[in-house]
Amino acid sequence: MGRTIVCRCEDVTVEDLNQAFSEGYRDLESLKRYTGFSTGFCQGKCCTAHAARFLSALKGGDDTVADPIRTRPLLHPTPASHFARAVELLDEESK
Amino acid sequence: MRDRAELVIIGGGIVGLSLAYQLARMGMTDVVVLEQGYLCFGASGRNGGGVRQQWSTEENILLAKQSVRMFRQLSREIGHNIWFRQGGYLFLARNAETAAALEKTVKLQNRMGVGTRIISPAAAARLVAGLHTEGIEACSYNSSDGVLFPWPAVWGMASVARQLGVQINTHTRVTGIDVKGREVVKVVTDRGAVATRRVVNAAGAWSWQIARMAGVELPNKPYRHEILVTEPLKPFLEPMLSDLSNGMYFSQTMRGEILGGISDPDEPSSMETGSSFRFLARMCSSMIRLLPRLSRVKILRQWAGYYDETPDGQPILGRVEPLDGFIQLNGFGGHGFMLAPAIGKIAAEWILRKVDHRIFHTYALSRFKHGETRKENFVIG
Ligand SMILES: Cc1cc2nc3c(=O)[nH]c(=O)nc-3n(C[C@H](O)[C@H](O)[C@H](O)COP(=O)(O)OP(=O)(O)OC[C@H]3O[C@@H](n4cnc5c(N)ncnc54)[C@H](O)[C@@H]3O)c2cc1C
Repeated sequence: MGRTIVCRCEDVTVEDLNQAFSEGYRDLESLKRYTGFSTGFCQGKCCTAHAARFLSALKGGDDTVADPIRTRPLLHPTPASHFARAVELLDEESK
Repeated sequence: MRDRAELVIIGGGIVGLSLAYQLARMGMTDVVVLEQGYLCFGASGRNGGGVRQQWSTEENILLAKQSVRMFRQLSREIGHNIWFRQGGYLFLARNAETAAALEKTVKLQNRMGVGTRIISPAAAARLVAGLHTEGIEACSYNSSDGVLFPWPAVWGMASVARQLGVQINTHTRVTGIDVKGREVVKVVTDRGAVATRRVVNAAGAWSWQIARMAGVELPNKPYRHEILVTEPLKPFLEPMLSDLSNGMYFSQTMRGEILGGISDPDEPSSMETGSSFRFLARMCSSMIRLLPRLSRVKILRQWAGYYDETPDGQPILGRVEPLDGFIQLNGFGGHGFMLAPAIGKIAAEWILRKVDHRIFHTYALSRFKHGETRKENFVIG
């Protein structure tokens, strides 16, 4: 049987989610950290909804379990130099 | 949830889990761990994974040395790959005073069998291609320091402890500790109570709250520390770099990301874990100053956790007066992950076999009353 990918950035499959679930990790925050989905280049924009749907199905269709995980900045991967330049603004602010 | 246990550990971070893991391996499994969130919710799931033996006190050097030995075995022992990579740690001093302090700590480390060396900025540039050495006076380098991925260490210790019979309850918040005379009798949670005579306070940045439930005042204060990670890059950076002029550090993880943070002298004590633009700007600017080739690397994500800080930068370990059976394992600031293997082992031997250790004296809470503190000067981040 083919593998079903949930998170393309970190190569997390449905089997991985099943495995984590069977080991007792049954909330989205734990699943994220146990399998690594949502920690790659897309920042969870592609996979989090899939993972939530699978979790809810594993929990017998209980969609209250699929509380959104805490999202983290940045919205888009951005070059470090963009932020580095802003440090001068901070300096002025504190003067 | 079990309603009684020989020992209750409050806090499912690396410190509490390391103790549970070691106790279980020594045969004590009538142990309940209580964690208010998921595993990895606290600092243990939010840290930089840096492991170094370059410290300025004998105790920290000893603990770190022992922990490095244990980390080397840990992946095999727990069946989870912690991705421990010993690429070394390179500290950079930008003035004569810091350079002199480095030299002094290196001498102490050498006396204790840790092979740190003072190296020139030119030698540092040979270790790290593209390092901008202008303004750097001296460096210290230890090739057996390293970095690891914290999450699997947490998962692995928890899973072995569970298999051996320890009960780990996540999403279970401690709300009270019942005390009778000099004894702890019960830990109360939002999911029921556990009767016990011995309680370990391994609640990290929340430890002061837990202690207060038992009528004990700790001097610990929580401080937010922010951290960021970049897109993954081909491996190119061997050591962890740390700039002592502003407490900036970064390393390359086994996943290829650059991961690091920076001290902020203006950060107040708080229970805040939001992310700031200020951090992004300061971190990126300082990182690029040291390694200009990172300028176009994309930042992927930032987050924050707490340092559980004590007045002298050292943990609080062992008994507290006047309570019997209320044990502290907290106050680890920015270095609790790297010391956790040794701390768990030493504490387990002390609890189970009454093997005494100098750390329960040097790091006893009572030191603040007696004025016998020695500050760890090498706290970064
Ligand atoms: C940004 C950052 C970078 C760091 N970098 C490094 C590094 O490179 N190397 C290093 O060694 N260390 C580093 N540290 C420090 C390290 O993460 C900590 O010292 C270590 O994780 C502490 O472990 P702990 O088990 O004491 O605390 P935690 O992991 O915080 O665990 C304590 C647990 O107690 C739980 N708890 C609290 N109150 C209650 C309650 N009422 N009921 C039930 N449970 C409760 C919390 O939810 C928490 O999970 C860093 C920390 C941060 C924030």
